[in-house]
Amino acid sequence: MRPVLEITNLNVGFPDGTAAVRGVSLQVMPGETHCVVGESGCGKSVTALSVMNLLPRGARRSADVMRFHDHDLTRMADRHIARLRGDKMAMIFQEPMTSLNPAYTIGSQMAEVLERHRHVSRAKGLDRAAELLGKVGITAPGMRLGQYPHQLSGGLRQRVMIAMALMCDPELLIADEPTTALDVTVQAQILRLLKSLQQQLGLALLLITHDLGVVARMAQRVSVMYAGQVVESADAKALFAAPAHPYTRGLLDCVPIPGKTAPGEPLGSIPGVVPRIGEGYVGCAFRDRCAYAAPACKGEIPRNRLSPDHETICTRSGA
Amino acid sequence: MRKFLLRRAILAVMVMLTVLVVAFALTRLSGDLAVSIAGPNATAEDVVTIRKNYGLDRPLPAQFVDWAVAAASGDLGRSYLYRAPVWGLIKERLPITVCLGLIGLGFALATAIPLGILAAMREGTLLDRAIGSVTLIGQAMPSFWLGLLLIITFGLKLQWLPISGVDTWDGYVMPGIVLAFSAIPALLRLTRSGMIEALSSDYIRTARAKGLSTSSIVLKHALRNAAMPVVSVAAVQLGFMLGGSIVIETVFALHGVGYLAWESISKNDFPVVQAVVLVLATIYVGLTLLADMMNAVLDPRLRGG
Amino acid sequence: MNPRSISTSLGLLIVGGVLAIALGADLLAPHDPFAQDLSQRMIPPRWMDGGTPDHLFGTDQLGRDYLSRLIFGARISLLIGTLTVVTSGLIGTTLGVVGGYFGGRTDDAVMFAITCRPAIPLILVALTVVALIGSSLTVVVLTLGLLLWERFAVVARTTTMQIRNLDYVAAARAAGASTAHILIREILPNILTHLIVVATLEMALAILLEAALSFLGLGVPPPLPSWGLMIAEGKDYMFFSPWVIMVPGIALFILVFGINLLGDGMRDLLGVSARR
Ligand SMILES: Nc1ncnc2c1ncn2[C@@H]1O[C@H](COP(=O)(O)OP(=O)(O)O)[C@@H](O)[C@H]1O
Ligand SMILES: [Mg+2]
Repeated sequence: MRPVLEITNLNVGFPDGTAAVRGVSLQVMPGETHCVVGESGCGKSVTALSVMNLLPRGARRSADVMRFHDHDLTRMADRHIARLRGDKMAMIFQEPMTSLNPAYTIGSQMAEVLERHRHVSRAKGLDRAAELLGKVGITAPGMRLGQYPHQLSGGLRQRVMIAMALMCDPELLIADEPTTALDVTVQAQILRLLKSLQQQLGLALLLITHDLGVVARMAQRVSVMYAGQVVESADAKALFAAPAHPYTRGLLDCVPIPGKTAPGEPLGSIPGVVPRIGEGYVGCAFRDRCAYAAPACKGEIPRNRLSPDHETICTRSGA
Repeated sequence: MRKFLLRRAILAVMVMLTVLVVAFALTRLSGDLAVSIAGPNATAEDVVTIRKNYGLDRPLPAQFVDWAVAAASGDLGRSYLYRAPVWGLIKERLPITVCLGLIGLGFALATAIPLGILAAMREGTLLDRAIGSVTLIGQAMPSFWLGLLLIITFGLKLQWLPISGVDTWDGYVMPGIVLAFSAIPALLRLTRSGMIEALSSDYIRTARAKGLSTSSIVLKHALRNAAMPVVSVAAVQLGFMLGGSIVIETVFALHGVGYLAWESISKNDFPVVQAVVLVLATIYVGLTLLADMMNAVLDPRLRGG
Repeated sequence: MNPRSISTSLGLLIVGGVLAIALGADLLAPHDPFAQDLSQRMIPPRWMDGGTPDHLFGTDQLGRDYLSRLIFGARISLLIGTLTVVTSGLIGTTLGVVGGYFGGRTDDAVMFAITCRPAIPLILVALTVVALIGSSLTVVVLTLGLLLWERFAVVARTTTMQIRNLDYVAAARAAGASTAHILIREILPNILTHLIVVATLEMALAILLEAALSFLGLGVPPPLPSWGLMIAEGKDYMFFSPWVIMVPGIALFILVFGINLLGDGMRDLLGVSARR
């Protein structure tokens, strides 16, 4: 099977010299949930925005391969990628409170997606919008269409964002921390919704999160990001069973995993913060926070294949 | 929303009351208005007669109350010079001034909004800075001087446009441009900053993620949100333009309210001056109220209340 | 050098240059700006046909040396600009600081005054006042000063509100400092940079307004060489000798342009936002 999304050696730099993404490779298969996990500032959002070609002005992006189906995203002009955005690939964001335009109704903002990509009438667009609002569990969809974003709670707005992303039946949905800004109970509802939609519609879901608990519930595949790199990628089961990178282990110690963490067991935390990495950085960026840091960590770090689909970059795992 | 507009309306009434006091006090500044009216060649008896005839011998508070009550009911008094009701004089000339103001505002918006959008879209580039210098030039340009330059160039040298009067529509072009110059800097700056803020907002990222065209993103999604402060300032600027049209009407010999005011000031016809101050202030206050209402229409958050 | 600092330097250069000319007018002016010579009327600038080496910018309709009048005019513009801004700055800052510091009813009153001010048509009222009291430099300064205070008040009020509750003000209050002491010693120095930026931008406006009033014949009285007045006096001759309005107009434009450049530069430098 061909992947829906294939990225090889993606690099993104900002004018201030930050190397936000360094050599990221990942693949998302049809109907699969692929989680990208890592602390804040690891380059997860920048990776996602690169795919959508939504990087802020001034950012420099390069990749050996960046393919969505048969579309070579590295060679396409933005106005052509725009034809895919909202149609074949869609994205939802972390901030439901500010991601909808305060000046237009929910219905208008949803319908315009279909109008743009399917060239249908406003009435058809609104019908589709109402249908999807029902599908994402919003009651009285007809009434909601005429409402403005400020009349809706955060959880409802995120449901609207999800429904809006589904207007054109996308094949790939990128969700960038869709539940981070929400209350805990609402988080669980939104995750459940995403999971059921993904299964119903056979979506390929690229789910970004900083929470391994979310990964445990959602993912088939996982890429762990640190300081702009994918430091470990594996099948979800393999990752939780045998985390190879010290960073992954550190993250695992921070969260209770259903069935893994005994109730009442104290949770750890990784001391320190994610460093800002400039161009031309060599060595493991995690070494200052790593309990196993060795002199070799200052040099080139080898990429190790532990099994056909379990990779990590660390000096220890090879030995 | 109702409450919001009601509060603004009450405020407007209070502002108008203050303006009434100021307009009245203004003409009593010289101490003895009768002497000013009579002019330099009048005898002492003339002054006494004038004082009696115009009721200037009565206590100031009584004069004020009489005048304010009359003004509030639409009677703005009689012109000493024209020996006619002031309101009639103003009514005759108001269309020219309002027309000029609207044309000026139209020119200003037609220039400031596209340039502001362009500058915001190209923030930090050479184009942005070039547009920024338009603001600075507009700010430093003395409007009466610009008027004279236009008259020399387009009226006299090229003979494209009439140099004075508004017997034909093209008489409004040059004064409109001059008037627009004074409003462009504020409007352009505001459009630019509003658009920069809007374009960097999350909902614009959403609009781009939906694959919308650039024109829809900029003109529909961003501009709509940047427009609210622009509407307020446009209303205020129109008020300022009407007040400032006194200079331009004099330069281009347009017989509007500004010209009337200038004439009345130089001929000590103070009931007219008072009335023009009052009318312009009323228009200004009305315009700010109108802007509040338009913002309530533009911003659903205000409307929902 | 980045474009911002180039434009700020240009502003500084212009304002500094005009200031130097104004201060050294007595030395710099080749002729007496008031001396009429009816046999030497309307001589064009030196570089035009009919110009003479004696009068670089020519002479006006009364035969007065245009360059000398221009040089002395700089003095009037700067003097009126500065004095107006001092007057309006005093009024506006007092209102703003008092409103911002005390809050409540006091602040409501200040806000109301700020709301009312723009409703009063500026030029019209200024013209009326000057017409009634008589035109002189003092009257123009006081009139404009009484009318241009609201931006000072707005900025002083918001900045005062921002620092009112900061630690050092609270500490001074706790230490038993008098209100006057707190306002003058603790608040004022900390909002001064903001006020200076407002002052520059208002000064540009005041200079333009003076020119407009003088142009309409109700600013500074003749024969003072105000640039606005020079344009008004040259107006009747502009069809045949456009330079009579070009020379003072360009001077006015450059000065105001320079002040605005300087004000914008200082605002960026000090990280202050003072625009409407
Ligand atoms: N517009 C920008 N300019 C400069 N640096 C940026 C910009 N956006 C993001 N970065 C940097 O890129 C890195 C990755 O950011 P991001 O992808 O947002 O992290 P996260 O994993 O939390 O989503 C961070 O160090 C951040 O500071
Ligand atoms: Mg992020």
